[in-house]
This record gives sequence, C-alpha cells and structure tokens, in this order.
Amino acid sequence: MTEPKPPTEPGAPTEAGAPTEPGAPTEAGPATVTEAAPGDGDHPRLTFSRAVLDAIIHGNSVMVTVLAIVAAMVIGGLLIAFTDPVVLTAWGRLFSAPGSAIAAAWHSVTAAYSNMFEGAILNPHTVSAAFHGGSVAAVFNPLSETAVNATPLIFAGLSVALAFRAGLFNIGGTGQFIGGALFATWLGFGVHLPVVIHAVVVLLGAFAGGAVLGWVVGALKAWTGAHEVIVTIMLNYVMIYLLSWLLGTKAMQRPGRNDLISPFIDPNAQLPHIAGPNLRLNASFLIALAAAAGVWWLLGRSTLGFEFRTVGANPRAARSAGMNVAQTWIVVMLIAGGLAGLAASAVIQGTDHSLNFQSYGTYGIDAITVALLGRARPLGTVLAALLFGALDAGGIAMQGVTQIPVDIVSVIQALIVLFIAAPPLVRAMFRLREARAAGEGQVLAKGWNG
Amino acid sequence: MKLELKGITKRYGSLVANDHIDLTVQPGQIHALLGENGAGKTTLMNILYGLQEPDEGEIVIDGQPVAFRSPKDAIAVGIGMVHQHFMLVPVFTVAENVTLGVERTRFLGLLDRRRTRREVRELSARFGLEVDPDAYVENLPVGVQQRVEIVKALLREASVLILDEPTSVLTPSETQDLFRIMRELRAGGRSIVFISHKLKEVQAIADTITVIRRGRVVGELPPTASDSELASLMVGRAVELTVRKAPATPGDVVLDTADLVVGDEHGQVAVNGVSLQVRAGEIVGVAGVVGNGQNEFCEALLGLRPVAGGSVRVDGRDITHATPKQRLRAGIGYIPEDRQEDGLVADFSVADNLVLDVYDQPPYANGVALNLDAIRTAALSRVDQFDIRTTSIATPTGTLSGGNQQKVILAREIGRELRLLVASQPTRGLDVGSIEFVHRRVVAERDRGVAVLIISSELDEIYALADRIVVMYEGRITGIRPPTVPVEELGLLMAGAGTGGEPGDEPVNPDDEDGDADD
Repeated sequence: MTEPKPPTEPGAPTEAGAPTEPGAPTEAGPATVTEAAPGDGDHPRLTFSRAVLDAIIHGNSVMVTVLAIVAAMVIGGLLIAFTDPVVLTAWGRLFSAPGSAIAAAWHSVTAAYSNMFEGAILNPHTVSAAFHGGSVAAVFNPLSETAVNATPLIFAGLSVALAFRAGLFNIGGTGQFIGGALFATWLGFGVHLPVVIHAVVVLLGAFAGGAVLGWVVGALKAWTGAHEVIVTIMLNYVMIYLLSWLLGTKAMQRPGRNDLISPFIDPNAQLPHIAGPNLRLNASFLIALAAAAGVWWLLGRSTLGFEFRTVGANPRAARSAGMNVAQTWIVVMLIAGGLAGLAASAVIQGTDHSLNFQSYGTYGIDAITVALLGRARPLGTVLAALLFGALDAGGIAMQGVTQIPVDIVSVIQALIVLFIAAPPLVRAMFRLREARAAGEGQVLAKGWNG
Repeated sequence: MKLELKGITKRYGSLVANDHIDLTVQPGQIHALLGENGAGKTTLMNILYGLQEPDEGEIVIDGQPVAFRSPKDAIAVGIGMVHQHFMLVPVFTVAENVTLGVERTRFLGLLDRRRTRREVRELSARFGLEVDPDAYVENLPVGVQQRVEIVKALLREASVLILDEPTSVLTPSETQDLFRIMRELRAGGRSIVFISHKLKEVQAIADTITVIRRGRVVGELPPTASDSELASLMVGRAVELTVRKAPATPGDVVLDTADLVVGDEHGQVAVNGVSLQVRAGEIVGVAGVVGNGQNEFCEALLGLRPVAGGSVRVDGRDITHATPKQRLRAGIGYIPEDRQEDGLVADFSVADNLVLDVYDQPPYANGVALNLDAIRTAALSRVDQFDIRTTSIATPTGTLSGGNQQKVILAREIGRELRLLVASQPTRGLDVGSIEFVHRRVVAERDRGVAVLIISSELDEIYALADRIVVMYEGRITGIRPPTVPVEELGLLMAGAGTGGEPGDEPVNPDDEDGDADD
C-alpha cells in the first residue's frame, strides 16, 4: 500500500506552477555542480564582492605571493634605473659609451636596494663598528625600525583580515585608528595613574575607541542594512575632521602651540622599550604578536570564530544553522575596530607619545594591502606587515643615502598588490604551470550568472 | 546530422572521467544519456561542446572527423547546448539574449532588432516554444528561461541539441512542456542528447538510452527497459526502488501549527492560515507545485521567516517567536531545499559542516573553545555510519557529489536527538542510490518516534514516504489524504480544487487506528 504510484502528471494547470518564487531559480540543480570536473565552480551564485573575497582568501598559493614580491622588486628596480638623473644622462651617451649607461643603471639599482637592505635588516658597517667599540644597539637598529614600522600595520592588518574572514570589508581602519588614538591620548595625558596600570588603561582605551567605531559600522549594517564599505569610508572622513577640530580645542591642544598637536602622554602611559633606550622597539610589538596569536585562536579554535567564518563563507547556511548573522556582524566589527584602535596605541604609546592631525598616516589603507598579501590569515598578516615595515624602514634609509625618492617604496608595495590581484599574470611571467587549467576555462564559459 | 563519438577518453590525473566512450546519435533521435552524478556525463558533453578536449578518441559528424577547440567550433557544425545553469543576461530581453554573439545587423552595423524578434517568433511558433521576444529574462519563470536557451541554440542553427539535466530545475508540468517541445524538435529533424539521472523521464521521452557508469558505457537499451534493469545498470547493483516501511504508529502531536500566516519577500501572503499536526512516528508529506507557500511554511517553522499570524507549537511549547537556535535546541532538524545555499558551507571541511549547528554544544565546545578532537572523532564516525564518500574529513564539502553533500546534512541533522524533522525536497537532484539511502534513513527516524514533515514536489517521493499527504495550494491546505489517494485526486487538489481547507479540520485517515484523539 505504500508502493509509489507511477509518475502520472498531477494534472495541475500550467498557470499554477508558472511564476516561480524568486528563491527558486537559484536552485539551478546544485546536485550536479560538482559532477563535471575537478575545479568546477563551487559557488552557484557569484557576486562581485564574493569573488573578490574568494580571490583574497583562497586565490593564491604561497608561490604566487613570493613571486609577486620578486616581480614587484624587479620592476621597482627598473623604475629606479629609469628615473635616476645620473642614469638618465648616461643613457644619453648610450652610443658613445654603451657600457657606462648600463653600469650606471646597475649601480643605481644595487645602491638603492642595498641601502634598503641596510636600513631594514642589517648594515655591515655598524657590525664592524661594533667590533671596534661602537654601539651594539646600532647593529640592531634596522631590525628595530622594521618592527616599529610593522607594528601598527600588524594591528590594522589583523583588523581587516578578521573582518574579511567574516565576509566584511573593513575600509574604516583610518577612522577606527583615530577613534583609538583620541581615547588613548586623552587617557594618556588627561588622567594620571601609577606605572603599568596607566599603560594598560590607555591600551584598553585605544581598543575601546576603535571598537566603538567598529560597533557603529556593524550595528548600522545589522539594523539598517547599510553597506559597511560606504559606512566605513564615510566614518573615515568624519573622524579625520573630528580629529582636526578636537586638536584645536582647549581640551586636546598642547598648551603653547598653534598647530594641531596634543600634549605628550604621561611617561607612565607609554609602553616601555624592550631592547634598550637607543632602539625604538617597544612592548607594542609584542602586544601585536600576541594579538595575532589571539586572532588565530579566535578564528580557528573558538566557537565565536566558527560563527565568524561560517557567516563569512555562507550567511544563509549560518542562519539556517541557528546563528545570528546580524549579531555576528556587530561583534566582528567591534573586535576589528578594536584591533585598528590598537594600531593607534602602537603609535601613541609606543613611539610618538602624542597625537597630531596626521598621526593616522596611511595605516588604514595599507592594512587592506597587508591583509590581502597575508591572505587574511593571522600569520600571513604578520609576515606581510613585517615586509611592509621593512620596505618602509629601508625606503627611508635609501632616500637618505641615495637621493632616490622614498615614494619608490609605495610603488613597490602597490606593484606587489597588483601582482597578487592578478595571479594569472604572475604565472605567465614565471611560466608556472596552471594547476586548474580546465577549471578556469569553465569559469569563463559559465560567466557570471552561471 | 549523424553524430558519433568514438573511444572518447578524458583523464584528470588518476581519475578517468571518460573511458573509451562510444556513442552514436542518429538524426531525428532523442538519445538519453543516463548515469549517476559523477558518472562522467557532463564531462562527455563538455568535450562534445568543445569546452574540453579529449585525451583520446574522436568526434565524427556525418562521417567526417572533427576537432573542437572551443564551443565556437561546435556551434559552427550545428551542436547546441543548454546548460544546467542558464547563461542569460537577466536585464536583457529574450530577443537581446538570443542574439547576443550573433547579432543581426543592418547598414552601418546597426542592430536589426526587428529581424531578431521575427526570428524568435518564428522559431517559437514552429516548435511550440511560446517565448515572447520582448519579455525581460529576469521576469520569466525557470521553465521559460530554459526555452530561451533552446531558442538561442536553434537560432545558431543547431541540429544536435544537448540538454544537460534539463528537468532538475523544472516543476512536473514544466517538465511535460519540455517533453512536448522535445518531441516537436525531433519531428522537425533535430537530434537531442538528453542527459538525466531520472529513470522515469528517460523512459518517457528517449528513443535510445545509453547508460554510463564510472566513465564507461555499460549498456544501450530501448526505452521499454524496466526501471529495475536501468537502475541496476546505472548504480552497478540491484537497487530497492520502493521504500520498505511498516505502517506508522503515530504517537503524540509533536508539531502543531494553528492558522499560521507567513509573508514572502514582497509582503504578499505566502502561507495563509495553515493548521497542521504532525505526530511522533509518522511522516506527513506536503505535496504541491513549487511556489505555493511550502518553502515559506518550512522557513517559518524554523524561525527563518517571521510569522505574521497564528502559532507554532512543538511538544506543546509555543515557539512562534523563538529564534532559529532555540528551535534547533527544541529538537527540530532541518534539511533545507537548497542544500548548497542553506544547508552547507561549501568551503568548509566535511567535519566542520557536520557540526554546523551544534558547534557550541558539548562535547564539540568547552565553553568558548572548540574541541577539535571531539569534532574530528564525531566526523569520522558519521562519515563511516552514513557512508559519506569523501577522501577525508578535511575535504571541502563543496567538492563532494550532491548525494554525499546531502548525506552530510542528513548525518548532521539526524545525528542529534530530534523530535521533529523538516525535510524540504530531500532528494532533489540526487541519483538513485542516494535517494534510496535518504529515504531509508528518513523512515528509520520515523520508526524511532520522530515526527517527520517532508516537503516535495516529486509525487513519487510523497507516495513512497508519506503516511498522510497534505496538499498545499496558494498558501492553503486544500486537502489531507491517506497515501492511497489516487494521483488524479492529488492533481486536482494541487490545482486548488480542494475542499478540506478549513482550519483545524482533521481528516479521516482510513489507515490510522483511531488512536489518540485531539489533545
């Protein structure tokens, strides 16, 4: 009696079945999506931001990342060779003295990169000086500078990476940095507390200042559906002008100064140097590494991180599994904002000890690059931040010695991102075998509505 | 046009997707390619359409060997393909879509819209396609979009049409429309390669059936071949096509909805006063044409969609406004209709997907920390218990076949203690072997005393599983019938010709003992 009946047509008139619900077309036979071949598209519906996120998180092998850096350095070298005035005049005599042009170019490039290396990692002159009674600290100064430059980028990069993993683009590093900086600075000079306690309070203030900004973004997205990219960009402007205004008020302006700069924070509020007074390396770097470990644990080992990743990878499945997607967005942005706020702590408590109207620098934007380069993973982000820190430290040293503008460093950083964003270009340049050749052809054939 | 595939072989590393496949499609023939998911049907058709090149073998058209480097070459010799995922621009009209790439132009390269529209209308009339050239594709139902794809191929003068799993997105009546069109195309001299894993459809429409298993042709049969013959060829072993189950012994009411009203995305009423009881140890099947409120009903039960009126109780507890998590904790298991979008995270490992809704419960969590060991152990035992075919528990779930993906969801949902299992289209798109497995598991849950609600647009499935059949039409229950109801009567109810739509009216079920009365 429970035998199935033959598949007789139910006799439903066509108009009953015709206008399918909007949800239905997306059903497009998911069962067989995986049938075709290895490398077939896994996502039935690709949106632009989805595709970008996927490319960032899954896109590149370590090999491609490394090669992208190499390619950027090579092109950076060419740019140095072709913009250096000495080399350019040498090119003018190419036919009379061909060797000299090439030698000049080679000299210019090697000088630039060796100075960069000496500024970022190790300067042999300081080593030999140390053996002859010079300063030992000077030997480690380049590494210290690299770490100091990398510290705010680690924090801000982690902020962007964490948000990425939950499917959100945090473009608001700048605003969150300023939020953290304002809290930290005010707590730094406005209240007076014992040693250690004051530093911790200021650190927490920096986190809270950024977290408030992050929370606003998350809450607006959760409650009103406002897109986080728009909100964060707009909040950046709000915070930049708020900063300028506050630094001109009696409450924040350093007494006796007409420019926009805050008083110094208390010595108790500063983070201690960890490698002697002559090196700028301070506890902030260790806190950044700890934060990276924390984010790693959060994402990979905690229930909250599981929620973040699920919401990031498939919000609809997260909802069906009982997760509160809107609340997750708020929590993610709160933590991401806090991390960006800690970047301000690295600057205010670690190195500058005061706040000016340009303290936020380009950390918020560089953080996106760093997170992208680090493939939105904590360890990757730390490594990427160290690379960028080294480029920054080396670039300054290079400019000091060779007169090559420090901007070349920005160009190299931008080129790295460019190559990361275009893996096929890197593969073609280095003749890497395409692992998923068939797969990519299919994606093309399927197009956007596939 | 006579199309021959000779010794086609395609390898992906160690995997042989196609192993010396021979296939001959005669002019004016509907040739079905039957095989389970992963048998290599789609790979073969991608080769035929020039999307992939074979490692060995050749394609011969009217006696001439040809080589396709891209779909362009295949189109040039008259091969057209309708993919599972349509390749249409939603904001373009039908005429604009079909002409894309082969634009009809006038003087100075101006688009000849009039000619395109006329051609679409002519083709539409000739083959009974009923496609309006001026309609915007995004406004068309799936079935019509598919016909637009067919027009697209015909406009490119295809004489062999490849239809890749064309019915997987269609309602039963749309499927009948498609079959009618296929017959007209055949009458017009076109050949059709019909790829499917559904026995009944293949028997209904094909002139010849080629069965493929694990990349090889395992048989060529006439459409008169029996179900079991085809199924066992396809799966490679004897398959149980009917579900073995004892009569239900319904217990207490578990799910109780009263006058449930639910809206859809557009603020329209999608579920209009549904009162339904599901008892422990029975399977209630909700039949109905897709889009008559079943999906919204399901989502409202799970808390994924707000309830506009009425109430939902589980085990007597009012959960009308509970969160999805509270409902899951109350013992509701959910197998969503769209498994890739709602049921799984394709990028996550099998192990992670197996705890997707219990990740914060012991033993998988200690407070806020995940217990990776417990997750791993549980995954290993589930993979074993549910025969999930995966290379490892760390494999991304999106790379599994549809049947195995569904097994992951099933394992997750019935792996915890349930009171109510809500399963929406639980076997859509699955092959025979997986359907058999899912059905057996669902019946096993019933026998353990779980209340089961199955929503399916496949009447076969409803008949196979349900102890009571509920028919929904335009958001209302038009009838509640025993599984012995004739299919004609169900058809009428599905079309809205019902009587028993009054709220709270409990049907007479001749199969049931007069056990528990109303609570």
